[in-house]
Amino acid sequence: MSGRQPVLTMTAISKSFPGVRALDGVDFRLFPGEVHALMGENGAGKSTLIKVLTGVYGNDAGVISLAGQQVSFSGPMQAAAAGVSTVYQEVNLCANLSVAENIFIGREPRTLGAIRWGEMRRRARDLLARLDLHIDVTQLLGTYSLAVQQMVAIARAIDIQARVLILDEPTSSLDATEVEQLFRIMRHLRDEGIAIIFVTHFLDQVYGIADRITVLRNGRLVGEYPTAELPQLALVEKMIGKELDVLESLDEHAKRDAREIEAGTPFLQAEELGRKGSVTPFSLTIHAGEVVGLAGLLGSGRTEVARLLFGADRADHGKVAVDGKSAPLRNPIAAIGHDIAFCSENRRTEGLVGELSVRENIILAMQAARGWLRPIPRRRQDELVDKYVKALSIRPADPEIPVRNLSGGNQQKVLLARWLITEPRLLILDEPTRGIDVGAKAEIQKLVVQLSDGGMAVLFISAELEEVLRLSHKIAVMRDRQLVTELVNDHTVDADRVMQTIASGTHHEGPEVA
Amino acid sequence: MTTTSLTPTRDWWRIPQRYVPVLATLTLLLVMYAVGVSQYRAFSNVQVIFNVFIDNGFLLVVAVGMTFVILTGGIDLSVGSVVAMTAMMSASLLQGGMDPAAVLVIALLVGPTLGFLMGCVIHFFEIQPFIVTLAGMFFARGMCTFISKSSIPITDPFWTSMAQERIGDPRGNFVSISVLIAFVVVVVGAFVLAYTRLGRNVYALGGNQQSALLMGLPVGQTKIAVYAISGLCSAIGGILLSFYTLSGAPLIAVGMELDVIAAVVIGGTVLTGGSGYVFGTVLGVLVLGVIRTLITFDGSLNSWWTKIVIGGLLFAFILLQRLIGIRKK
Repeated sequence: MSGRQPVLTMTAISKSFPGVRALDGVDFRLFPGEVHALMGENGAGKSTLIKVLTGVYGNDAGVISLAGQQVSFSGPMQAAAAGVSTVYQEVNLCANLSVAENIFIGREPRTLGAIRWGEMRRRARDLLARLDLHIDVTQLLGTYSLAVQQMVAIARAIDIQARVLILDEPTSSLDATEVEQLFRIMRHLRDEGIAIIFVTHFLDQVYGIADRITVLRNGRLVGEYPTAELPQLALVEKMIGKELDVLESLDEHAKRDAREIEAGTPFLQAEELGRKGSVTPFSLTIHAGEVVGLAGLLGSGRTEVARLLFGADRADHGKVAVDGKSAPLRNPIAAIGHDIAFCSENRRTEGLVGELSVRENIILAMQAARGWLRPIPRRRQDELVDKYVKALSIRPADPEIPVRNLSGGNQQKVLLARWLITEPRLLILDEPTRGIDVGAKAEIQKLVVQLSDGGMAVLFISAELEEVLRLSHKIAVMRDRQLVTELVNDHTVDADRVMQTIASGTHHEGPEVA
Repeated sequence: MTTTSLTPTRDWWRIPQRYVPVLATLTLLLVMYAVGVSQYRAFSNVQVIFNVFIDNGFLLVVAVGMTFVILTGGIDLSVGSVVAMTAMMSASLLQGGMDPAAVLVIALLVGPTLGFLMGCVIHFFEIQPFIVTLAGMFFARGMCTFISKSSIPITDPFWTSMAQERIGDPRGNFVSISVLIAFVVVVVGAFVLAYTRLGRNVYALGGNQQSALLMGLPVGQTKIAVYAISGLCSAIGGILLSFYTLSGAPLIAVGMELDVIAAVVIGGTVLTGGSGYVFGTVLGVLVLGVIRTLITFDGSLNSWWTKIVIGGLLFAFILLQRLIGIRKK
């Protein structure tokens, strides 16, 4: 490939948003006839790079050239016209129109202003046949599976004479067979000389299709590697990085013996619990007083597991038992009834009500649990809120100010307080420390330890391995929407080992939970 | 690859779901007609059907415009008032002695202009169509009273000839010119929706506005266009109404927008947009007309029964749409 000219080069691209340097001198090359995976964790700058390329954002610095010509697109439309088409994660087509129309709308063949339907259908069939897809193009798009819709989106993209095709997480809602269909089409297009940028979180898929990999981390280029020369473990290391967070060294508290906890009474047992398109059926037991860490890359299904256990998504497979008794968690109310609490990762959109005061936000879940017809007396509210504001050291310690005025870390604590006040027996924490400062992080970690010592079961989800390792008694490793293994967190387990498991999908020597 | 997994399950006897609402309306219409014929001997007279068209020609024209709007997922509450305003204006200008041709041109310009302006407000300021057209409704109704507080008769020879001209067969069955005009509007409307980019963009916009934008379709222009089209249809409807009544009255066609919306929805157009046909709208208007005729034939029923029946039908059809929507998922 070295002898050929790249179809696309991006040189020293920088882009800043207020307060954030999203891209910092990133280089990117793309050759015709290759599938190039763009990898990186959340916030690494993948989508910013793509948006700079397609003109959604302007770049602060750097040069983009397409086939040797310097370009700067004003938006996705102009980019598509120049041969750079994007297919997004969500299918951006109209389900109420026919397949043929979705491919050609806006570019329909016409005579004297009247659309030639026959001609359009014929061309649609030909185009799809090129992708080896033989379907009835007169049917509404909505009647086909997501995979087919995705392929129709690709057909629409390549009809605009695409030279560069960007697939932004196209596989996140496809199942294995559908992914294989998509790959077949990608190989087909690659062989025709189209350059494909493939963004995904699924490692297997990268190794299944990509020729080369570019890794970004924190807005910087880590490197560009031929897939064959970059083992999975090395890729994961490059994505996550190995910078130890020296600032927050939680006192090595005497962690209770994980095996002892495992022998105790299980609080919640999930058996072959799963949901199609979301999580492959998994089994997981959480004991009273146990911290179970969920490790895995973004998109590996961590949040989906939490949502199933909380009944926020409905499982279509398997069953759950609480205290040994069958407990179908159909919805969050049922889960709350079983003393399960869930702090979601999107505290702004799913958790807190910004306009309400700290007190009102804290009281919310408890009030809901009591039923709205039995208001909690104001004096009792004040008592409870004061207690938790102090216990979690929420600052400012004024329960009457609106929550949106608090810092991220303190908002997180308010959310925690809301659930703690209901005295749950299982607390699910989804990325509780993301985007908050180090001090608040340490306080939340300390709190998790205290709570579990007090007998509460905790399911702790975090992208930061160090944090998971420090807190958990047991680590469940997720990969590609599958719970691949459980590791008892004893002295044999360290970040390397977990990374290895994430990378390879199989667990290596060492003890495993029976 | 297994081809079966790619093809949606479709049995040969299954009607494609997009036609179900229209076919339901057609069935309903046939049943109602059959009931009428079996109950009242005179009902089988062809003229009964022609009268339905004569009495509802202007409604049909306005409903075609409303179909465009509802297909985009919008709503136009101003149509009744624009109809009245157009009729009022024509009557007033004719009374002032203006040439009928000039009156027609002016009358046909005012409605679309108001529609265009409302469309611009809806698009550029991203305001709910409901609110904007509500304002348009009050404005146009106010203009009616501004022109005259009382009814103005039309004596213009062209207008009276249009009102009295009968086009019919030797057996004495006839339709008015208004009916022919309404048919032309229906055919043009159906053609635009099915065979032009504008029409297909209307469907795309109603299906998923975000997607339509990302597919590079002129979302703004389309949105403005449908309100202008609705305004034009209302203006034509207003002129047809003035042919029919030979007068302009400030309080005519009050609440007509609701009849029109009911007809469009009963005709199978989904209120959230993206699915529906002009042919369905024709059926919807006929259903309304036949209900009125049935109640007139009965003689003992108060005309308010029309409203009650339409209310019930509306519920039934919205539920039907919802059920189809759920089954799709």
